[in-house]
Amino acid sequence: MSRQTPTFQETADAYLNNTQLRENLGHATHTIRDKRADIVGEMPDWEHLREAGNKLKKRVMRHLDSYLLQLEASVQEAGGHVHWARDAEEANDIITGLVKQQQVDEVVKVKSITTDEIKLNEALKKEGIQALETDLAELIVQLAEDEPSHILVPAIHKNRKEIRDLFREKLNNKELTDRPEDLAEAARLYLRKKFLSAKVGISGANFGVADTGTIAVVESEGNGRMCTTLPETLITVMGIEKLIPTWQDFEVFMQLLPRSSTAERMNPYNSFWTGVTPGDGPQEFHLVLLDNGRTNVLADEVGRQTLNCIRCSACLNVCPVYERTGGHAYHSVYPGPIGAILTPQLKGIEDDGAASLPYASSLCGACYEVCPVKIDIPKVLVHLRGKIVDEKKRNGSLKAKLDPEHVGLKLMAQAFKNSKRYERAQKLAQTGQNIFVKDGKISSLPGYLSGWSAMRDLKPIPKETFREWWRNRNE
Amino acid sequence: MSKAKDEILHRIQSALKEVPADEKREDVAVNREYIQKGNLSGEELVTLFVERSGEYQATVKRIKKEELKDEISKACDRHKAIKMVIPAGFKTDWLPDLLEPQFDDSGAPLSHDELDQLDGVISTCALAVAQTGTIILDAGAGQGRRVLSLLPDYHLCIVREDQIVETVPEGFAGVSDQVKKEGRPITFISGPSATSDIELNRVEGVHGPRKLDILVVGG
Ligand code: SF4
Repeated sequence: MSRQTPTFQETADAYLNNTQLRENLGHATHTIRDKRADIVGEMPDWEHLREAGNKLKKRVMRHLDSYLLQLEASVQEAGGHVHWARDAEEANDIITGLVKQQQVDEVVKVKSITTDEIKLNEALKKEGIQALETDLAELIVQLAEDEPSHILVPAIHKNRKEIRDLFREKLNNKELTDRPEDLAEAARLYLRKKFLSAKVGISGANFGVADTGTIAVVESEGNGRMCTTLPETLITVMGIEKLIPTWQDFEVFMQLLPRSSTAERMNPYNSFWTGVTPGDGPQEFHLVLLDNGRTNVLADEVGRQTLNCIRCSACLNVCPVYERTGGHAYHSVYPGPIGAILTPQLKGIEDDGAASLPYASSLCGACYEVCPVKIDIPKVLVHLRGKIVDEKKRNGSLKAKLDPEHVGLKLMAQAFKNSKRYERAQKLAQTGQNIFVKDGKISSLPGYLSGWSAMRDLKPIPKETFREWWRNRNE
Repeated sequence: MSKAKDEILHRIQSALKEVPADEKREDVAVNREYIQKGNLSGEELVTLFVERSGEYQATVKRIKKEELKDEISKACDRHKAIKMVIPAGFKTDWLPDLLEPQFDDSGAPLSHDELDQLDGVISTCALAVAQTGTIILDAGAGQGRRVLSLLPDYHLCIVREDQIVETVPEGFAGVSDQVKKEGRPITFISGPSATSDIELNRVEGVHGPRKLDILVVGG
């Protein structure tokens, strides 16, 4: 099999050994967790909102074909163009073609996991088109020609001196100091020029509304507004599962998302546009609807609910496994509990890396409790584990029976039979991890976590991370 | 029909084999038991908006109608803002004499480069949501094109007390006609441009107006 991704266990160990990154991550996830709890706690109707969000998504999924056709008609009626892409390659071809029509070699982009999923930037680069990421942290990562080290804090591994040096070199600003204000200002000015001259903008979509054709982008910095307002042409890539039935349904999702995601009552900016508005914003709008494995997820009656996900990342922040292992171990643009169920369904369980993900969980259930659209992640995990074992048995050998994953499943199944035992297994897994983490060096973990033993070297982390610097600079 | 569209729809239909052919969308019941309409009014409602919008790094001030001109003048002074963008439909008799208003109208819209050079923008809004401290723009009179409240670094927004609603559902309902009938773009603004750091404390942003003042005008 070609292009197998490394398994979760192979990479996780390196992170377990990386004290600095683990501390940053631990600190981050705990803070977010507490804030989310507070901001959700002030909503007396939270459970009703979750329930409505779940049912609305369920409705969409069971009638996805008719909703997609309705969305297409609404967008076209509002002056937009709609394209359909079966897979990443097809989506990239469509987008590259559209950009080339405008005869430009640079586009501005607002961060979107869907475009990361299809590796759009690489595809554009092959055609000589530079896609400029405009989120501050993403810009730093991109200028450094680096990989994001974390989904929430992509530039966690860069300190302010490194950023100054990077900006001095890449933004051609020799006098720049490492004062945070100056660095922020340098980025603002650099990107401002790009925004003003950009002919084409590319975005993802948080939601698409079937009955009005409205697309929503939810953000903080304002680069999303820039990308969706200034260029003459706007191209939006949207997974087919991002649909909601009606404009009114925003009243549910726009309460669930900001509180679950950034733990705010409302994030700074939300943009809602409907096709093309004469004299206001882009005069050419293209919506690319992407399948890329989503219909496989839809076909699995248990797995289907995975498509409810509104990418809030609340499940990441409460996950004890994610907290200790970091985002890279998932080898996917979708890390954490949602990644553990989404990636294997999108990629297929024939991929060893993807098939290892459903084991990256202690089934503690915290993710389900916080999920604003009530995806029963533990249930889907167990379901996928079963499928993986079946698949192995089918292809395989007797050896499959002795496979640690198989054994892991058996242990889990035993634990489930008896709730006391399950709780003990939980405790063991949790405290076990703590003990081993304190050692710094880990050679083995207890029980079904014992697969986490591969060693890898990681770049050393600077004393002050970008995010610490950003936080401290105002003090 | 394009081949891709055809195939995706086909994949969906075969993925949903177990869904009965005669099932309608509404057969998947959605209970809207959550709070749709608030119960605050008058003073309490205004106070909540002022409190919540002030929690983001916006400066919020309650004023009387007759103080408007004077307060606009003071706010602009504070930011040393003289060249202010004035969207089409904004009441010019509110404008202080010392300002150099830059009018944007559909006949002669300001260019992006021009907007980038100006000190700020003064706009009205469509609605405001107290619960979340949000201002809603619908590109209507006194608000203008989206870009007007985006490129200048300072946004002074005027909210009438009677434009404040309590809940997010009331906010979406309030601009629903503008979307359904006219396809107008809608922008929600909750505080100035910000970036959420690892602690998720808002710190000043990189793009969009970094300064936001709100004048809440009573009767
Ligand atoms: S699965 Fe995770 S990221 Fe998706 S909506 Fe639920 S909590 Fe949010």
